[in-house]
Amino acid sequence: MLIGLPHYLTVAAILFTLGVFGIFLNRKNVIIMLMSIELMLLAVSINFVAFSVFLNNLVGQAFAMFVLTVAAAEAAIGLAILVVYFRNRGTIRVEDINMMKG
Amino acid sequence: MIVQAILFYIFGTVAVACGVLVVSARNPVHSVLFLILAFFNAAGLFILIGAEFLAMILVIVYVGAVAVLFLFVVMMLDIDFLQLRSGFVQYLPIGALVGLILLAELILVIGGWAVSPSVPTQAPVLTAAGGVALSNTRALGDILYTRYLFGFQVAGLILLVAMIGAIVLTLRHRADVRRQSISAQLARRRAETVEVVKVPLGAGSD
Repeated sequence: MLIGLPHYLTVAAILFTLGVFGIFLNRKNVIIMLMSIELMLLAVSINFVAFSVFLNNLVGQAFAMFVLTVAAAEAAIGLAILVVYFRNRGTIRVEDINMMKG
Repeated sequence: MIVQAILFYIFGTVAVACGVLVVSARNPVHSVLFLILAFFNAAGLFILIGAEFLAMILVIVYVGAVAVLFLFVVMMLDIDFLQLRSGFVQYLPIGALVGLILLAELILVIGGWAVSPSVPTQAPVLTAAGGVALSNTRALGDILYTRYLFGFQVAGLILLVAMIGAIVLTLRHRADVRRQSISAQLARRRAETVEVVKVPLGAGSD
């Protein structure tokens, strides 16, 4: 029953896979896609922290903090772009985002 | 130890279940709420493993800022979410296929992998100069403000850029709103604004 590194890595792997799965599943909804990316980043953070604790090396936790920082910045910018896009086009359907296709 | 195992399985199961519901919920508001619950459970896992500071940061940053931001946007945008869900079943097989392959690969990697005994584990990082054990927060601060000071500063810069970028992106000047122009007010001269009119008796002025 001893909880070791593989247990945490398995949870992180399942969460990461769910993130990828969510991006495939919600091909039309950008908001859920952003949430799936947040899930994937959470899984990466869990990996970082688990390795950091079980290898007794704190660098992993420092990098988990950087991952969190980037995740927060990414969410803020992504949602800002989403709001501006909705204001201009009145929809957030992914297929409609093709203005730069030329 | 048994309590730790039980707590791990509870937190892990709820986190995974919340992940499933995030990607499959019918209502995006429910998705955000399940995302918040998943973050809480991940924070529980972090506390269980001994990373209290990151657990608190996760709750404060993710739940307090990011998830609330998502909630705001989902509620602010007037979107027909049912229309966005069309094709959900169509994308299900390929998504499930890719997800299962990826999961199988990751599990195989985790299952057939072990830490080499020769990996240096930097135990001294966790102890202070006098040999006393540090708390997680103190140890993290020790390493973050010394060896990773540059990364820390860059993280702050990234947040600043994100903040300015979000403000610049969403700021708009609406033409139909009258705004105060302080420079114009300060640049006013008496000659431009005050006019002395000689009003004839009984005629008035326009």
